[in-house]
Amino acid sequence: MMKQSTEQTPWYQSNFALFEKNLNGESSSRLHAMRMEAMARFTEMGFPTTKHEEWRFTNVSPIARATFQPSFQSDAAGLSSEDVERMSFGATHRLVFVNGHFVKELSSIGPLPGGVIVGDLASALKGNDELAHGSLGKHASIQENAFTALNMAFVQDGAFIYVPQGKVVEEAVSLLFISTGSTHRYIAPRNLIIVGDHARVTIAESYLSLANHGSLTNVVTEITAGENAVIEHDKLQNESPQAYHIASLHVHQKEKSNFISNSIAIGGGLVRNNVTSILDGEYAECTLNGLSVANGMQLIDNHTTIDHAKPNCPSHELYKSVLDGSSRGVFNGKIFVRKDAQKTDAKQTNMTLLLSDEATMDTKPQLEIFADDVKCTHGATVGQLDADQMFYLRSRGIGTTLAADILTFAFASDVVNRVHVDGLRGQLEALVHAKLGKGRER
Amino acid sequence: MSTETNTLEQLANREYKWGFVTDIEADTAPRGLTEDTIRFISAKKKEPEWLLEWRLKAYRHWLTMAEPRWPNVRYQKIDYQDIIYYSAPKQKKVLNSLDEVDPELLKTYEKLGISLNEQKMLAGVAVDAVFDSVSVATTFKKKLHEAGVIFCSFSEAVQEHPELVKKYLGSVVPANDNFFAALNSAVFSDGSFCYIPKGVRCPMELSTYFRINSADTGQFERTLIVAEEGAYVSYLEGCTAPMRDTNQLHAAVVELVAVGDRAQIKYSTVQNWYPGDKEGKGGIYNFVTKRGKCAGKNSKISWTQVETGSAITWKYPSVILQGDHSVGEFYSVAVVNNYQQADTGTKMIHIGKNTSSTIVSKGISAGFGQNSYRGLVEIKRGSTRSRNFSQCDSLLLGDKCGAHTFPYIEVKNKTSRVEHEASTSKIGEDQIFYCKQRGLTTEDAVGMIVNGFCKEVFRELPMEFAVEAQKLLGISLEGSVG
Repeated sequence: MMKQSTEQTPWYQSNFALFEKNLNGESSSRLHAMRMEAMARFTEMGFPTTKHEEWRFTNVSPIARATFQPSFQSDAAGLSSEDVERMSFGATHRLVFVNGHFVKELSSIGPLPGGVIVGDLASALKGNDELAHGSLGKHASIQENAFTALNMAFVQDGAFIYVPQGKVVEEAVSLLFISTGSTHRYIAPRNLIIVGDHARVTIAESYLSLANHGSLTNVVTEITAGENAVIEHDKLQNESPQAYHIASLHVHQKEKSNFISNSIAIGGGLVRNNVTSILDGEYAECTLNGLSVANGMQLIDNHTTIDHAKPNCPSHELYKSVLDGSSRGVFNGKIFVRKDAQKTDAKQTNMTLLLSDEATMDTKPQLEIFADDVKCTHGATVGQLDADQMFYLRSRGIGTTLAADILTFAFASDVVNRVHVDGLRGQLEALVHAKLGKGRER
Repeated sequence: MSTETNTLEQLANREYKWGFVTDIEADTAPRGLTEDTIRFISAKKKEPEWLLEWRLKAYRHWLTMAEPRWPNVRYQKIDYQDIIYYSAPKQKKVLNSLDEVDPELLKTYEKLGISLNEQKMLAGVAVDAVFDSVSVATTFKKKLHEAGVIFCSFSEAVQEHPELVKKYLGSVVPANDNFFAALNSAVFSDGSFCYIPKGVRCPMELSTYFRINSADTGQFERTLIVAEEGAYVSYLEGCTAPMRDTNQLHAAVVELVAVGDRAQIKYSTVQNWYPGDKEGKGGIYNFVTKRGKCAGKNSKISWTQVETGSAITWKYPSVILQGDHSVGEFYSVAVVNNYQQADTGTKMIHIGKNTSSTIVSKGISAGFGQNSYRGLVEIKRGSTRSRNFSQCDSLLLGDKCGAHTFPYIEVKNKTSRVEHEASTSKIGEDQIFYCKQRGLTTEDAVGMIVNGFCKEVFRELPMEFAVEAQKLLGISLEGSVG
């Protein structure tokens, strides 16, 4: 069939062509071959629709309809180091990205154990770092998720963290992603985190916007956990209510490794978080926690997958949502237990507090079990504040509004308290508190 | 360990107890499905014009539909043109009493242990026995008639109560609802019809026995139960089927309508169709649409099912809670062994205010069986102060089987409360040890534990069925613990 001549080339194709033109001879590199493959795959798949089971409750047609402008250059956007210091809870190690590009002047890195790399992906790729090249796209497949393919197609920058065998990074590494400007930007950071055997690190990703515009953040983070590695990954998403935020976190865990993820979503208009962890070694442990606090027209969608590929692995999952206004919450938690993954112990809990009659929650906990000697449970509740608890507080002279606030905050703090980084936890508490208060003042 | 393997082998090698074929001349339609087939069925049953039109409309819609692929089951493609859509045992004349029934038929029932005579005298259960697709005998009709209850075969209802059939047929499961419901609407052969008038409590448990007999005959049953204001009925459905090598398709539709306020319908099923042999060859494809509508205030619909048979089970008995304060219940035990597959669950659609629903689902997987629970609890915006509690537990016996849960929960207001919990586990070694220490064999211990696991559901079954269900469970699972 002939295409109508008036039909425009989609923004991602025209910009990809532009992007290729400005590569200065890099277009024949193997990195660019990966980009082209991803672009082809994305063009083939297109944006998902609600007909896809994975996107049943989240309609991304506003993203598909809009035109975005990828940012190809780094820009400090008039930010001072004091500004960013405040935003990143005074962390010792801080990498700052503005519109997806690393800004060296704003970043600061404290003393690190020998061999540890905390830097930007662009330099690592440019420097032909074998590790960076080899790890890119190793765990995040471009085949299944269209947004992962779209991320790979424009892959340029992001964080690159390497902790070699036996090294311990004591202080948390803060990754600060700031979006600015007035156009509909397309921001696609790519983070690679490689943690060797017996090594330990804590990473905190924060996503903030400085302007109210409908940017699209489409981030992919890949984490490799070696044997006995201990990793905590905290994520704060607090972008503007107009922003679109799509994030995929892919974790690959080896024997006896321990991975903890705390994902807190407060901002954004349309938010989708994918967290996938593969327990690919015996006695590996995985903990996924999440909190969504939404009001207005926000949609916050959390999709998690825990793949028990090997025996004797425990996994714990707690996802909570507080929904006010006309907001929508989605939770889809998959737990796979492969045929030989005996002695699996998987526990999943999803709790939602609905504060308004216009709010909607769609939850789908899902167990797929192919082994017999396992203990798997999931629980999901959707409801309101407990009447008995309200009564208890009121009987002690606390007003209805305050009592409801206390209980709602307690409900949400349960997840916030699981963040081990002190500074970040304080910041999160304040943000959650402010957001819940704002909801009430409507 | 070796003794357990032995019992397992014995069990696996046992013949299907109810597998036999009765030789009765059948009046069959030509193989395949066209508008003419439908006209043939309709003419055979002397149906009014509107019903034929309804069937044809369903057929035309069916042609535009695709077979669903989303269930978590695998099977060979069904050739819909290779099925005989109508088959009826020949009836020489209208029968007045059981003595006139073909003795061979009566013998079949005796083999199944549902002798009509015995039922009539002892059990106090009215049986509308469906042999293949046509009802041959109905008992206790008189007693029901006195109470004002209409309980007859579907074709009889079409002849004698066309206004009721016309009013309620397709009111809960529309003809174009889904692929298999549309197929059923086009070609349904017979089934049961039940109408409980206002204020009547049905004096006995109603039951039908379905049985698939003629080779390659798909069964397309249609059941319609209507309860008026304040009426109550408990309906039992039980099935066995003879041994077959080719897969047989069964696409039934069951519609329950609790029309008036405080109407109550309780529907219980024990399903033990031929599950295929131990290599997974043969067996029944059970693709059923069951749905109830609580239209009246304070009305209640309760589904209880024990599913041990069929090669593939695909059914979701659902309740639409439309009336305020209406109640929906779903209690299920689904057992899969050898190569059986089951994708079953329920849908609870809360529309009225203060509605409540309970879901208790117990899945047991053994051998190479795959068991999925798929359920939806939807609370609409206007369905305030509604309540749901769901529990789905899976028990795994063996390391080659699988258990899956796909619950969907959608809540759209702040005064409703939904709780869902699920667990998957195997029988604990300490539980077995405890029983053995008290002198029970492993076999008995497992039987006891499995029965305990299913107790919440069995409790909901009427007495006669509860006993049968426990036996069936024993037969399906004994020894399959390793």
